[in-house]
Amino acid sequence: MPVKSYIQAVTQAMREEMERDDKVFVLGEDVGKKGGVFKATEGLYDQFGEERVIDTPLAESAIAGVGVGAAMYGMRPIAEMQFADFIMPAVNQIISEASRVRYRSNNDWSCPITIRAPYGGGVHGALYHSQSVEAVFANQPGLKIVMPSNPYDAKGLLKAAIRDEDPVLFFEHKRAYRLLKGEVPDDDYVLPIGKADVKREGDDITVITYGLCVNFALQAAEKLEEEGISAHILDLRTVYPLDQEAIIEAAKKTGKVLLVTEDNKEGSIMSEVAAIISENCLFDLDSPIQRLAGPDVPAMPYAPTMEKFFMVNPDKVEEAMRDLAEF
Amino acid sequence: MSVEKITMPQLGESVTEGTISSWLVGVGDEVNKYDPIAEVMTDKVNAEVPSSFTGTIKDLVANEGDTIQVGELICYIEVEGGSSESSDESPEQTEEPVEDQSTNQDQSMKKRYSPAVLKLAQEHSIDLNQVEGSGRGGRITRKDLEKIIDSGNIPQSGSQTDQSNTQDKSTEAIQQPAQSNKPADVPSAEAGDIEIPVSGVRKAIAQNMVKSKTEIPHAWMMVEVDVTNLVNLRDELKEDFKRKEGFSLTYFAFFVKAVAQALKEFPEINSSWAGDKIIQKKDINLSIAVANENQLFVPVIKNADEKSIKGIAKDIVDLANKARQGKLTNDDMQGGTFTVNNTGSFGSVQSMGVINHPQAAILQVESIVKKPVYMNGMFAARDMVNLCLSLDHRILDGLVCGNFLQRVKEILENMSKDNTSVY
Repeated sequence: MPVKSYIQAVTQAMREEMERDDKVFVLGEDVGKKGGVFKATEGLYDQFGEERVIDTPLAESAIAGVGVGAAMYGMRPIAEMQFADFIMPAVNQIISEASRVRYRSNNDWSCPITIRAPYGGGVHGALYHSQSVEAVFANQPGLKIVMPSNPYDAKGLLKAAIRDEDPVLFFEHKRAYRLLKGEVPDDDYVLPIGKADVKREGDDITVITYGLCVNFALQAAEKLEEEGISAHILDLRTVYPLDQEAIIEAAKKTGKVLLVTEDNKEGSIMSEVAAIISENCLFDLDSPIQRLAGPDVPAMPYAPTMEKFFMVNPDKVEEAMRDLAEF
Repeated sequence: MSVEKITMPQLGESVTEGTISSWLVGVGDEVNKYDPIAEVMTDKVNAEVPSSFTGTIKDLVANEGDTIQVGELICYIEVEGGSSESSDESPEQTEEPVEDQSTNQDQSMKKRYSPAVLKLAQEHSIDLNQVEGSGRGGRITRKDLEKIIDSGNIPQSGSQTDQSNTQDKSTEAIQQPAQSNKPADVPSAEAGDIEIPVSGVRKAIAQNMVKSKTEIPHAWMMVEVDVTNLVNLRDELKEDFKRKEGFSLTYFAFFVKAVAQALKEFPEINSSWAGDKIIQKKDINLSIAVANENQLFVPVIKNADEKSIKGIAKDIVDLANKARQGKLTNDDMQGGTFTVNNTGSFGSVQSMGVINHPQAAILQVESIVKKPVYMNGMFAARDMVNLCLSLDHRILDGLVCGNFLQRVKEILENMSKDNTSVY
């Protein structure tokens, strides 16, 4: 099976879907001839031409708005935000229009748009190039938010997002793009949106996380295994709406739960996961639900020392996991 | 010159803490080794703490009224000899390592149960007091319980106390701190009510009563004894006795004597429950209940079967005086094998004693009451007394206890000046 990087898996998913369905097209800043600033759309312009791989002005509200209109008209747009940090001008289009269309039209209309955006820090990107924005969208019924943690999931989930009949925000960790490599089949496969995935079985502690932090947790679990600490790791994959059943099952499995996100702690996805666990698992809990997250300061700092302080990393995850195991 | 620590001494095998009731020395006082430096009240006795060194008191770490764990620091003393550097050491500096040691064996989380642990303990009837916690601060984790459940070796409540009795060769301990069973709901005081903190002897009494009543299946029986002859005997002797001996000849001494004699003949009564066995005690050491305002002590008349009525009467007087003055020693309280309780002194005519754990029975001697009794074809005014026996039904049955009481009755009814000497 071919080994691909995370970003190659993303590109392959788009290519396969564009080959499969004429209605699929890509739009965004520099996605055409340049192939995107991260090269996620590399080769697509050459293969599918400028009508299906569209360079847009620097106007995120337009990228989203054009996509929403095209989707309502029957197309399958993949709109790229160059950085997730830049999505703010498009929030009105995404929340007020895309997520509401089906409900507002009494099921007559839908908006099958996929909005891709690289998020996350640890790349020395500072403000505007490092933030996590999923929590902004994570209480808007009608929207789905998918955040894959590895190349295999990235391909399967992106294809599922493109085929989904409703709007999907697809956040890719920019540090994972070339950091994470894995086996990605050339087959046409999709993974279910709305389903979390157990990435590792264990019985001492449960770690629930998503995105790049899944990788951190897996690294930490390997080390802790040598100390006799067995970690159960659940990858949320879809952070909105959450897979409550899987969360409850994973939490009950060990009764000691660590929730990890690199987003700011308060009001994060993990706050909601914690609430689900406390609503459903009280009598199985053996410790307070723990959250490891970024501090509640506005954004990722630029200075390397401060970035390191802000970012979740494998060492911090390992420490938090050990601490919980010892409780 | 060096600074040494004086710690709370172990004042009895079951004593874990003591309350400094007063300091007998102040900072700067010179003391000799073994001089008393503080009065300490434990849940068993009041005692004096002797100085472990000759030297000068440097710092009183514990305040009066503080309750200190056995082995914890109470004061510093500066002693002759030793290196000069250590005399510069301030008490604060030397204190830190002591605290470190205690945190190493931190058991602070031992009684903090998570919902999961409580649920599992309830579902599988696990006695959490007996589970070793592997978590931080000795916390019992869900996994600890899951392992126990998987092993099938589930510690149930009750089995531990049996265990500790078997391990504890001296089943003599009268007052072992019991695991306090938490009341389901604690009443709250309303305006105007007085709240009295429960401490020291009161706490020990409460714990022992709960332990005895929850652990021992009590049964009860009573016999009525005609002690007219005994009353006549005592009336005849008491003036003379008081004059000669300097203390009163009480009825109670006769009863204690009779019980001691009967116990010799019924050793099964003089025993203790030890889980998988019953221990019959060789010595007959009779605990007697002595009240002191709001406190109740059970000091012991040692080898009562070997003592004369006078000897017993003297022991009773001595122990009662000590109790009243708060001077009972640990030794006075230890080793009881059976309890005789003089409930008659309060005018009681019938009562149900709570067995003095881990003994097998307790006898209550009630008031002597003049009653018309039908005997020899006519009514006669007789001095009658009820003897009430509470027994541990695990150890004893009605038959043996009935025979025992009959024997006590027989001894008492036959006490007369012809056959009984107080000496």
